[in-house]
Amino acid sequence: MEIVKLTIDNKPVVVEKGTTILEAAKTIGVNIPSLCYMKLEDMDFENKPGGCRVCVVEVEGRRNLAPACKSEVTEGMVVNTHSVRVVNARRTVMELILSDHPAECLTCAKSGKCDLQTLAQDLGIREIRYEGEQSHYKGDESPAIIREMDKCIMCRRCETACNEVQTVGVLSGINRGFESVVATAFEMDLDHSACTYCGQCVAVCPTGALTERDSTNKVLDALMDPSKTVVVQTAPAVRAALGEEFGMEPGTLVTGKMASSLRKLGFDYVFDTDFAADLTIMEEGTELLGRLNKFLKGDKDVKLPILTSCCPAWVNFFEHNFPEMKEIPSTAKSPQQMFGAIAKTYFADQLKKKREDLVVVSVMPCLAKKYEVSRDEFKVNGDPDVNISISTRELGQMIRNANIDFAALTDEDFDRPLGESTGASVIFGTTGGVIEAAVRTAYEIQTGQELEKVDFHELRGMEGIREATIDFAGLPIRIGIAHGLGNARKLLEDIKAGKSEFHAIEIMACPGGCIGGGGQPYHHGNVEILKKRQQAIYAEDAGKTLRKSHDNPYIKKLYEEFLGEPCGHKSHDLLHTYYFDKKKKIEI
Amino acid sequence: MAKYNSHILVCGGTGCRASQGEEIVENLTRAIEENGIENEVQVVRTGCFGFCEKGPVVKIIPDNTFYVHVSPDDASEIIAEHLVKGRKVNRLLFVDPETQQAVSESKDMGFYKKQLRIALRNCGFINPENIEEYIARDGYAALGKALTSMTPEEVIKEIMDSGLRGRGGGGFPTGLKWDLTRKVESDVKYVVCNADEGDPGAFMDRSILEGDPHSVLEAMAINGYCTGASNGLIYIRAEYPLAIQRLKIAIDQARESGLLGKDIFGTGFDFDVEMRYGAGAFVCGEETSLIHSMEGLRGEPTVKPPFPSEKGYKGKPTNVNNVETYANIPVILLKGSEWFSRIGSEKSKGTKVFALAGKVNNVGLIEVPMGTTLREVIFDIGGGIKDGKKFKAVQTGGPSGGCLTEKHLDIPIDYDNLLQCGSMMGSGGMIVMDEDDCMVSMAKFYLDFTVEESCGKCAPCRIGNKRLYEMLDKITKGNGTEEDLARLRNLSNVIKDTSLCGLGQTSPNPVLSTMENFPEEYLAHVKDGKCPAGQCRSLMEYVIDEDKCVGCTLCSRVCPVDAISGDKKMPHVIDVSVCIKCGACMEKCKFGAISVQ
Repeated sequence: MEIVKLTIDNKPVVVEKGTTILEAAKTIGVNIPSLCYMKLEDMDFENKPGGCRVCVVEVEGRRNLAPACKSEVTEGMVVNTHSVRVVNARRTVMELILSDHPAECLTCAKSGKCDLQTLAQDLGIREIRYEGEQSHYKGDESPAIIREMDKCIMCRRCETACNEVQTVGVLSGINRGFESVVATAFEMDLDHSACTYCGQCVAVCPTGALTERDSTNKVLDALMDPSKTVVVQTAPAVRAALGEEFGMEPGTLVTGKMASSLRKLGFDYVFDTDFAADLTIMEEGTELLGRLNKFLKGDKDVKLPILTSCCPAWVNFFEHNFPEMKEIPSTAKSPQQMFGAIAKTYFADQLKKKREDLVVVSVMPCLAKKYEVSRDEFKVNGDPDVNISISTRELGQMIRNANIDFAALTDEDFDRPLGESTGASVIFGTTGGVIEAAVRTAYEIQTGQELEKVDFHELRGMEGIREATIDFAGLPIRIGIAHGLGNARKLLEDIKAGKSEFHAIEIMACPGGCIGGGGQPYHHGNVEILKKRQQAIYAEDAGKTLRKSHDNPYIKKLYEEFLGEPCGHKSHDLLHTYYFDKKKKIEI
Repeated sequence: MAKYNSHILVCGGTGCRASQGEEIVENLTRAIEENGIENEVQVVRTGCFGFCEKGPVVKIIPDNTFYVHVSPDDASEIIAEHLVKGRKVNRLLFVDPETQQAVSESKDMGFYKKQLRIALRNCGFINPENIEEYIARDGYAALGKALTSMTPEEVIKEIMDSGLRGRGGGGFPTGLKWDLTRKVESDVKYVVCNADEGDPGAFMDRSILEGDPHSVLEAMAINGYCTGASNGLIYIRAEYPLAIQRLKIAIDQARESGLLGKDIFGTGFDFDVEMRYGAGAFVCGEETSLIHSMEGLRGEPTVKPPFPSEKGYKGKPTNVNNVETYANIPVILLKGSEWFSRIGSEKSKGTKVFALAGKVNNVGLIEVPMGTTLREVIFDIGGGIKDGKKFKAVQTGGPSGGCLTEKHLDIPIDYDNLLQCGSMMGSGGMIVMDEDDCMVSMAKFYLDFTVEESCGKCAPCRIGNKRLYEMLDKITKGNGTEEDLARLRNLSNVIKDTSLCGLGQTSPNPVLSTMENFPEEYLAHVKDGKCPAGQCRSLMEYVIDEDKCVGCTLCSRVCPVDAISGDKKMPHVIDVSVCIKCGACMEKCKFGAISVQ
């Protein structure tokens, strides 16, 4: 390791060669203001175009100011991060950025969570000396993501997320000069592009340029309609992050308070997507074993690996990019949609209500779920299985809106029957969780033996691509895990090239899985937050009495009373789906 | 092969071609046939002669007669008189504006006297579409010399010793750049020619490529030999169709002659050149932007380091040089670094090509030794200011250069002197302004360009230049304040200090240099609401001098908005609230009674 010695603000600093001035300054407690820069350690996300010029510092002997995020330290370098020249430049640049940004903070979805707003406050900007024309761009409202590009500051974080991390590649800088903005090709709307709605662009956007489509008013309308029975389901990852919306430590589990707050908001039945996750394991696990056993018997028509299908952004990704492989993913619907299908049949029957009188709301860490609920194949006579999907952030907003003191709530449990779940279902919220849950069930079904230890640490972690071999009583099952669509692409390319030796692969579109979803509270580049959410998820699992999906008594009851058997006829109708070739849909 | 005793060189540059140059060639050829002298006289389409003001230009060799403003109709007379009867066509000769005498040879013309053509040595002399003509002028001899008798280190040392600096504007020592690329180890390296000339009004590189494309190809091959690259790429803007066409022909001919391709001169050295077309973005002249554009990415710069010499095209070491820089290389190798370094000033060696434009009598393309003064360029070569007006300023270095004045006229032109005066060498644009030019408007004009051409990546350039433009616009409309001037200065300095690439780091130069050199003009706009040059329309007022006005009513009849009133034979009055300042009245008035204030 080569060492570089330099001086920052008259203090000696010793860092590794290749360190940037920004990072070097941090080691001595000097936080240089920055804006476009964002790094998610271990997630292959680093955005440092050196474009905003907020982090400029004075380097002795250099003609002009240097961007600290982009300039590597050199031996003997003398850096001043707060000279009059620097402070004036930083302020002036900030005023310029603000001069081309709509001052709509009062009604902006990002207000209070906006990096630009925070920085303007930190720098104490009270006056903009360089006012002038503001740029205006075409707006775009997709089912999941709203793009208000007048608020774009060209930080390019969304491009990095979309192009480099996710390899979806629908966003790029267009136009020149003052008209420059990030857009899709030919400024088409997102829903005409290959966008997967993963929402990672929204997760990293510093301003209100990219936000989720807000559906809280729709939920309120449903709650106010006396003719409707409103049922809510909450995804596993929501409980590990919702607390952050109320200033709680990242990683605080708020399952009980969440259930309590939903009841206070007026939902008639507070259920859990985790229940449907257990159901997913029954279906997907059975499907996996079915395919595997046929394969082991030498059936050439069986295609392996089987790919998980819980993640709607991932489904969009392969429909757009690998439609020729659409027979490979499991046909099991996602837990959100399984829940909707059961709620509007099995549960509606119990209530003796028509499906149209039920409104199913989902609370998801995800923006692609908003698109998923709108897919035609998930509707019966035009009535969607899930009516409205809101994000973790939107639920936080609704709770604040109702002036509920979230931190002071007492824990409550979910309603039954669709609120019971096992530890296997809660780990759906993190990368590696779905496949671990599937293994717990598939192992016991396949081997007929009880698992001695339900924790599969070999499947856990944060590496982008992981692989493990699980011993099914002498039968080695090879498992692959990818999170982040860029990593998924690598595994898919291998499959396409016939190089993949996995039996099953779990894929989650978002870095970290659902805990890092596009609908979660903003992490502002702090990857520790994601890691703490992951720990919380595993803690919830460990604390459960039941840890395996097939042990869920209400699932057993559901099969006995209604479905028959996993992957049976009724399951097939209600709980399985099919995929589309969307490659040709991209038209100019 | 026919041995001609006379050659008629017809300028085939873009400018002269646009003035019926092709028809001149056709008519000359026809007239030659009609006179039956096709075995004695040959018509040659050459590159640019540089004296664009007087184009189309036709030159007769061997007597060097230089005809100007030639039209296709003159062709038969030139052949019949000059080539057949040996009598010069006097009416087509250049007339010296001072002596009013006809001047027959270019060497005796003020425009050419102080010029030294090294980079342009073949422009206007050879047929750029014929490799044999280039070879006859020692073409590819430098490549042969380098490959067969010199090591790459020796070639680089020769370039270093010559003192050649990058002609694209940066002025980075060329030999050093080559050496940096050479020292980086890599399986693949690239040599790039930057032909993305983007300064408004500049056509140095285009003229070289149109007039002498092989000189660039030869130099690129030499560069490849030195740096260890076997791939050459020419990045050229698609709106240079003639340059592209001639380059393509040159590349094909060089390949056919074995001067590009495999095993050049039997030395085992492989080198070939491909073309890449740009869409005409100014910022793509910046080398990292250029490389991104060639890679199919958005043309925008990235922070250096890493420099292209370490990580360039496709992540491989890449040496980017400008067209004019390349055009100097073969001559340096043949004549030696010592010869080259004797030309020019202490820190800037050799010559520089400038596109001389604006309010100067002799608009055109010139090449002068470094160290020539602005006065020599503008007054001796340029022939002074048009219409006897007074010189006011000269903008060097293109849209992001600075505006220099009377007091800078005797400063020798080189990289360092120009920087010191608040301007820069740039790629060689030079625009002369006279007393009628408003310096605030001038700064605004250039900002308009940089606002359009900023790539938009960094905030100070994207937004700051727009704000500069808006403030200048406000001032030219009479709405500026003294406070605006302070803001203008601060913002200009911050944009220079914080922008990512050379575009933003220099774009405020026109503002700063005019504020520095013409402070009173800015003050007149903001304090007195006047434009001393009388160029800012909003600040002008047309008035009728009642002593001179005879009441002929001509002005009131010509006024399109009925702003002028008055009885017959009585002095008339202009209603300024209605007047649209079209100037029609002033033009019509026979008594000089109307003036602008």
